[in-house]
Amino acid sequence: MSTRIEQLFQKKKKVLSIYFTAGYPKHSDTLPILESLQEQGVDMVEIGLPFSDPLADGPVIQQSSTQALAMGMTTEVLFDQLKDVRSKIEIPLVIMGYFNPVLQFGVDAFCRKCAEIGIDAVILPDLPLTVYEREYQEIFERHGIQLIFLITPQTSDERIIALDQASKGFIYLVSTASVTGSGSGFGQAQVDYFKRISDMKLKNPIVVGFGIKDRETFSQATAHTDGAIIGSAFINALTEKGTAVIPEFIKGIRG
Amino acid sequence: MKKSYQVDEWGYYGTFGGAYIPEMLYPNTEELRSQYLKIMAEPEFQKEFNQLLKDYVGRPTPLYLAQRLSAQVGCKIYLKREDLCHTGAHKINNTIGQILMAKKLGKSRIIAETGAGQHGVATATVCALMGMECIVYMGEVDIKRQAPNVARMKMLGAQVRPATSGSKTLKDATNEAIRDWINNPVNTHYIIGSVVGPHPYPDMVARFQSVIAQETMEQLLELEGRDYPDAVVACVGGGSNAAGAYYHYLDREEVRIIAVEAAGKGIDTHESAATSVLGREGIIHGSKTLLMQSPDGQITEPYSISAGLDYPGIGPMHAHLFRSKRGEFISATDQQAMEAGLMLSQLEGIIPAIETSHALAVLDQLNFKSTDVVVVNLSGRGDKDLNTYIDYFKL
Repeated sequence: MSTRIEQLFQKKKKVLSIYFTAGYPKHSDTLPILESLQEQGVDMVEIGLPFSDPLADGPVIQQSSTQALAMGMTTEVLFDQLKDVRSKIEIPLVIMGYFNPVLQFGVDAFCRKCAEIGIDAVILPDLPLTVYEREYQEIFERHGIQLIFLITPQTSDERIIALDQASKGFIYLVSTASVTGSGSGFGQAQVDYFKRISDMKLKNPIVVGFGIKDRETFSQATAHTDGAIIGSAFINALTEKGTAVIPEFIKGIRG
Repeated sequence: MKKSYQVDEWGYYGTFGGAYIPEMLYPNTEELRSQYLKIMAEPEFQKEFNQLLKDYVGRPTPLYLAQRLSAQVGCKIYLKREDLCHTGAHKINNTIGQILMAKKLGKSRIIAETGAGQHGVATATVCALMGMECIVYMGEVDIKRQAPNVARMKMLGAQVRPATSGSKTLKDATNEAIRDWINNPVNTHYIIGSVVGPHPYPDMVARFQSVIAQETMEQLLELEGRDYPDAVVACVGGGSNAAGAYYHYLDREEVRIIAVEAAGKGIDTHESAATSVLGREGIIHGSKTLLMQSPDGQITEPYSISAGLDYPGIGPMHAHLFRSKRGEFISATDQQAMEAGLMLSQLEGIIPAIETSHALAVLDQLNFKSTDVVVVNLSGRGDKDLNTYIDYFKL
């Protein structure tokens, strides 16, 4: 049986995925945001599990994480908020976070919880490939949780192939050498890079993240790839206008 | 059988260490990992490193028999005088090594994190020496607390950038430096100041600091007719001066390895930095080690009167020394450390850094025999801490 993520990429091109920080702007916003995103036709969602020291993120995601933590978000609380999520939400759900909170929860317990709830995949940027293969791959696979790896403009072809082999669901293409939320539009170098990776014919669909913030960058990112993720720009909109901004924000990307 | 407390080929000390980094940092750390041992072994590198340690840093630093302190504690105490290094602390041993490494790797831009400013000053110093661009990240709170060191860095030509996220201290300055490295992956080398961070940093920094133990062996042989003491005592924040002082003694079980952490206002007060007591295994700044964290795995804020020990983790080498019981871990409170700093000043005429004062504060609790030869690593001088001492003792 193919997974929700596989089915999504089989039937759709130019997938729009949205990242938001769990429990932000209000502690109770996690589910309403998911419902609204699904209603607006978003294809997939990354739910950010907040961490105190998010090394790969810029100030926007760090700020939202700090606030979510201050309002009481924890791994356990997030799982509790999501326990009946599959009664309403059908689109693929990915949890994106850092490795330490998962390690403290217990990798096995974390994967089991994800499976129970109906989370499809997990992104943990600071869990390296070698450690995953040596210590955790068996646990993720036993629970049927897909782990998504990142590649960047500096990643060698040889390593891209290794990461593609280990990745399940899609591969996360980091658009530029930067932390999240620092994009000022894509130039020809990025578009060429998206095309170069696309031409490698990887086994996984390619989804671009970092620096996508509006219709133009979304369109550039998906010209040669299977989808794109918007995070910081969406969180900025939530910060400014609250959850009511969602329909307007999504229409702004897709028209 | 010889046990090794050194790093293994995967970058681990026992179960601690490794490189838990986002993919964006993989090419940088991999380049360093694959090159550092080779570069360090090159005769040309060795020659330049040793020459600078001698002529520029002022090494070897003396191993000084502190007679009045010895009489008070009741054993023979030698002070390894790292406080006499150029810039006033051991930190420069590592920055000299890393700036030469950066040059060999063809890097033109240097970044660093700093807490109290000692590592920032040591980095700004070597960047001036080599004519390299230097950016130092420092918590906004620390910038206010450590104005003289901020001024020193600026005078040396470095740019000091405030870390405004989180608690605005060393942990956040480290986050910002790592983000800078993500944003500038090609031309930049990150000079980490302690035996923390992803592999190969803990090992590389320990090797650059191991000159402390190397000299101690040679000096003890001359002074005592044997190349080892009965105990080596050092303070541990991240743990670079301790790693350097222990280095060649790690596998020599006849030498007691004593690590002194900052208890802050007391271990039970929630205002402490005694990681071996309060920490659990987890991931911080790319390394699996012991760190202070919430039950949920969020990194918590440490506290110590000493900015250099105010870090929520310890280097993975030290976590392994603690777990394997090779090292004896003990802690000193703010008050004990401050009083020890005053004691050394008045017994020996040496004003120590408050970090170092922690190591001096526990000497009477270690049950030394009168015949014991003890080396205390006097990691830094106290000029930077004068205001804190003045406020504390109302001098």
